[in-house]
Amino acid sequence: MSVDTATVRRVARLARIKVTDDEAERMTNELNSILGFVEQLDEVDISGVEPMTSVVSVKMRRRQDVVTDGEDAEGVTANAPVSEDNFFLVPKVVE
Amino acid sequence: MTDLTSLTLAEARDALKAKSFTAVELTDAYLAAMEKARVLNAYVTETPDKARDMARASDARIAAGKAGALEGLPLGIKDLYATKGVHTQACSHILDGFEPTYESTVSANLWADGAVMLGKLNMDEFAMGSSNETSHYGSVVNPWRRNGSDVNLVPGGSSGGSAAAVAARLCLGATATDTGGSIRQPAAFTGTTGIKPTYGRCSRWGLVAFASSLDQAGPIARDVRDTAILLKSMASVDPKDTTSVDLPVPDYEAAIGKSVKGFKIGIPKEYRLDGMPAEIDALWQKGIDILREAGAEIVDISLPHTKYALPAYYIVAPAEASSNLARYDGVRYGLRVPGSDIIDMYENTRAAGFGAEVKRRILIGTYVLSAGYYDAYYLRAQKVRTLIKRDFETVYAAGVDAILTPATPSAAFGIGEKADADPVEMYLNDVFTVTVNMAGLPGLAVPAGLSAEGLPLGLQLIGRPFDEETLFTLGSTIEKAVGTFTPKQWW
Repeated sequence: MSVDTATVRRVARLARIKVTDDEAERMTNELNSILGFVEQLDEVDISGVEPMTSVVSVKMRRRQDVVTDGEDAEGVTANAPVSEDNFFLVPKVVE
Repeated sequence: MTDLTSLTLAEARDALKAKSFTAVELTDAYLAAMEKARVLNAYVTETPDKARDMARASDARIAAGKAGALEGLPLGIKDLYATKGVHTQACSHILDGFEPTYESTVSANLWADGAVMLGKLNMDEFAMGSSNETSHYGSVVNPWRRNGSDVNLVPGGSSGGSAAAVAARLCLGATATDTGGSIRQPAAFTGTTGIKPTYGRCSRWGLVAFASSLDQAGPIARDVRDTAILLKSMASVDPKDTTSVDLPVPDYEAAIGKSVKGFKIGIPKEYRLDGMPAEIDALWQKGIDILREAGAEIVDISLPHTKYALPAYYIVAPAEASSNLARYDGVRYGLRVPGSDIIDMYENTRAAGFGAEVKRRILIGTYVLSAGYYDAYYLRAQKVRTLIKRDFETVYAAGVDAILTPATPSAAFGIGEKADADPVEMYLNDVFTVTVNMAGLPGLAVPAGLSAEGLPLGLQLIGRPFDEETLFTLGSTIEKAVGTFTPKQWW
């Protein structure tokens, strides 16, 4: 399978990364080189094989259903590029 | 006084205990060495004030007889680890100015044992790379050079700053992380020792996530013993990471120098690649001979799905990365580039904040997870991953204790040498290491000799799950036979 520039633009849009025409062109070639490389997986007989979900066979631990964190709006917003009164500021999203 | 930076971590630990010098003196020796070595670009942030404060506190604890296992020992921390109030950017532009309000579990474990932080170490952006050339802060220079050459070489990656700093004696040891070979490949390129522990041995909490089912923290150090000492402190079960395992952490140092008599070592035929340099083949044979002479039994084994590990990795890792890196949106931390509306702001921020390799992997990951392609790519890769793991389980069930392979298909290459190459050519650096991540196993890289050009070459030992001790025993046997390797100082 290979991708064309329109597909690369669509995927970049899904990934929320703006690409220029030059970049889209270049990335199409790079992506096709990678997709060509992974194509060899088609040789493998995977009938009846379960997909891996965990490399180590351990049971997921559960924790007590209690509040252990929170009440720290200042810490949470400390690294925000733009914030006010411990709120994140973003461009207007609702008219 | 001899140069304090020439001591190994174990030697410095014992000398501090014997009060031969103070933690402040040791730290100052490292801070001076770092200042002189800035041309290597190993550190992206030096924290001298913090280091001296921590060293003074260590001296006080030593005087009070309350020294921890790593008391007063200066370490470097990969920029991927969250360090409270200190530069943490995974060497990406998109995390500009990020200073976490919390500490990663692994680094917190080190400080609890008394270690001293010297600064944050350079790396490939978001740990995506095998040469440290994708860092927003520029390439790291390998302290090793080819005989009679002044060409700058890469230190490997992604933990290139960690490996270079250890090799150049700019810290006693360093934290690193390994998703496809990012500890073992740079260790091999710099003549240092590094271990990627079993998945779950160290907590991932507070590590900037790349591919969560593959990422694992581990140390790089000057020799096998130092690596064992550091892993003991780094490993722990952590309620904040449900994939960390609740198994006791053994005294890894006690495994150093034990007899390898009776160990069964597998030599996988699939790792003998077409076109592999003769000196890599010779190095592998040297490792086999050393272990055989030490009393181990050498057996030929087959891991039939080996060649599919790298292609499967380049589906699984980018898929997980595309999801993990969705959080960089210009809202909560780091860079923000304005736009006409919120989506435009996201797109501008991510276009400016991510480098070319990171964008490439996010796009691949987004593509293989997108509607209609999931089964053909991601699901198939996860099934192949099951087969790769089964290969290892089969040989371990047949009585093999560990597997010996080369660590890398070549020695370190020149900075910029692969700039125009296909991305896949760079990915091939990890062909011997990536299987281990796909199967969640422990892997140790130990230097075993020098190339004809005078560059270090490493061997890899792969173990059973949570049997890091056997790797330290075997690694120390190889090290005893070949010695350790130090670059000639030119900086």
